[in-house]
Amino acid sequence: MSSSKVIHAFYNDDEVVLDAVKKVKAANHHIEEVFCPFPVHGLDKAMGLAPTRIAITSFMYGITGLGIAIWLTYYTMIADWPQDIGGKPSFSWAENMPAFVPIMFELTVFFAAHLMVITFYMRSRIWPFKKAENPDPRTTDDHFLMEIELHDNEEELTALLNETGAVEINVVDKH
Amino acid sequence: MYQFSGKLKMFSIALIVLGVLGIGIGFYNAPSTVEEAMEMVSSADHGDGHGAEASHGTASNEEHSSQSHSNEKHSSGTHSTDDVHEENHDEVTKDSHQSDDHSVNEAHGGNHDDAHAEHVFHQLQNRPWSAVYVALLFFLGISLLVLAFYAIQRVAQAGWSIVLFRVMEAITANLVPTSIIMLVVIVLTAMHGNHLFAWMGEGVFDKTSENFDPIVYGKRAWLNVPWWVIRSVFYLLVWNAYRMLIRRNSIKEDTVNDGYKLYKKNYNMSVVFLFLFMITESMAVWDWIMGLDPHWFSTLFGWYVLATLLVSAITVIAFVTIYLRSKGYLPKVNDSHIHDLAKFMFGFSVFWTYLWFAQFMLIWYADIPEETTYFVLRFTEYKTLFLSMLVMNFVFPILLLINSDFKSRPWFVIIGGLVILAGHYVDLFIMIMPGTVGGSWSFGIPEIGATFFFIGIFIYTVFSAFAKADPVPKGNPFLHESEHFHYFNIEHHSEEDNQH
Repeated sequence: MSSSKVIHAFYNDDEVVLDAVKKVKAANHHIEEVFCPFPVHGLDKAMGLAPTRIAITSFMYGITGLGIAIWLTYYTMIADWPQDIGGKPSFSWAENMPAFVPIMFELTVFFAAHLMVITFYMRSRIWPFKKAENPDPRTTDDHFLMEIELHDNEEELTALLNETGAVEINVVDKH
Repeated sequence: MYQFSGKLKMFSIALIVLGVLGIGIGFYNAPSTVEEAMEMVSSADHGDGHGAEASHGTASNEEHSSQSHSNEKHSSGTHSTDDVHEENHDEVTKDSHQSDDHSVNEAHGGNHDDAHAEHVFHQLQNRPWSAVYVALLFFLGISLLVLAFYAIQRVAQAGWSIVLFRVMEAITANLVPTSIIMLVVIVLTAMHGNHLFAWMGEGVFDKTSENFDPIVYGKRAWLNVPWWVIRSVFYLLVWNAYRMLIRRNSIKEDTVNDGYKLYKKNYNMSVVFLFLFMITESMAVWDWIMGLDPHWFSTLFGWYVLATLLVSAITVIAFVTIYLRSKGYLPKVNDSHIHDLAKFMFGFSVFWTYLWFAQFMLIWYADIPEETTYFVLRFTEYKTLFLSMLVMNFVFPILLLINSDFKSRPWFVIIGGLVILAGHYVDLFIMIMPGTVGGSWSFGIPEIGATFFFIGIFIYTVFSAFAKADPVPKGNPFLHESEHFHYFNIEHHSEEDNQH
């Protein structure tokens, strides 16, 4: 199958790779993936990726954390073992609410942050001890790599990529 | 170059005239004798906009005034403080108001009525002064914080904000008239032209006087009139000196072409200013606002007021920028600049909430009477304002400005900004009013007049200052970066409208 062949174009500048992505997209080629040593702002938009929905999950995790904090403070401080908070033995959650605000804040942030990171790992299919998927170790240092699937158009693509300022172009078999 | 249009000039002058009228009516209506004051309280006092408060107005007046009255006399101070303090626990209702009020009255004994009448009289006399004072500090503070924000841009060598420099400089021009008015107020206050500051009252430092106040007496090294005046004048001088120099040098930067020598000099000057600013701002706030409640103290107060004024200042920068851009005088300002200003509005709203809550929670938690009086007074007499301020300054900006797209739309920024400005005016209002007019507050002609007056001055000085310089600071080395500033995550709507 010819589609197992891919072309790897290397770049050494984030601005150049961003422009290259736009040019390749304009020439109607499908970009499989771009590997970067650091996040490049605007790259997802240039590649035509759908906007991330992680903010929505983060919001829901935050609400969950807030709910758990409210339940936790209510159960431990008011219901199960009523506490005299700051010399104000009202035994009402609402009247002692100011004392619980830091807990509510912290648990909201804790849930939102940790669960968002875990969600991101799961969606990106990465976990501890997983073998790296990036095709060239230089993409973890100072090079950017654009991967495009080949459909018997090697010469045309190579010419186009050369034009966009690629510093190295390889055709490899993808297993 | 921008031309200060005649229409806008007329508008600002009209606002000033209206404002002077409003302030004048406020002073004219203030009682000149105790009898007049009592008449006002007993008859039509609460017809003028108290709203929900009206129902228990008189009772709460008495209750409050006996409280702060005894604060001044202090000998009976702990009594009433404790009473009010208890109230807070019980979630005050109208009934408990009145019953507590009775007990306080009884505790105070026979001559209470006369002393109380005189106290209300002083509060009503203070009202037009306080109305001017709130608006004055609000506009002085905003102009000062715009200056500080501008200095931060210079010290941080920020790239994005260069195209906004002339807008910020123009706003700081408002520091001059507000400082002059502040100076007049300071001199008049020191000469006992008003009773805004309880600790400046007669006999407070005199051990033989019945007004003797041992707590204020203990603070006499700091709280004495000459030292207060010297400090106040010093703050104003420092701020105005920096403003004058940096404005002159900034315009010079456009043409000087000296290998950025002047630019570096301005950088150094801004570093020195920021150092002095952090100290003087905090001290000015103690002197001008915290001094109104001389028994109370909060170590966080300087920061808290800084946050209030900073978020208002950035909102004002955004407003003036959006206005001038819509008129086409700021072609280099794009949606990303507005987006950044809105981000600061959002961020500093949260910062304000953080500081407000940090101050509130510690006082609430520790529950020490000399600290809680501050919030008890605000929570009983100013409850509606107190709670609505939290919504306006925290909940509303969070909900409206959390969306990235909304932050680059001028209309959303203006709606959010109006609420933020109103909220922080209310914040300043309930910082100042309880210490000066106590329960005898209302929001009417004097307050609106004073606000109009200072808005008028603001428009006049800011736009005439903006007309005096090139809207683009051509000599700044980061100008190019600022012109091309583009936050990756937003579309530039207005540019598409203009250019395509």
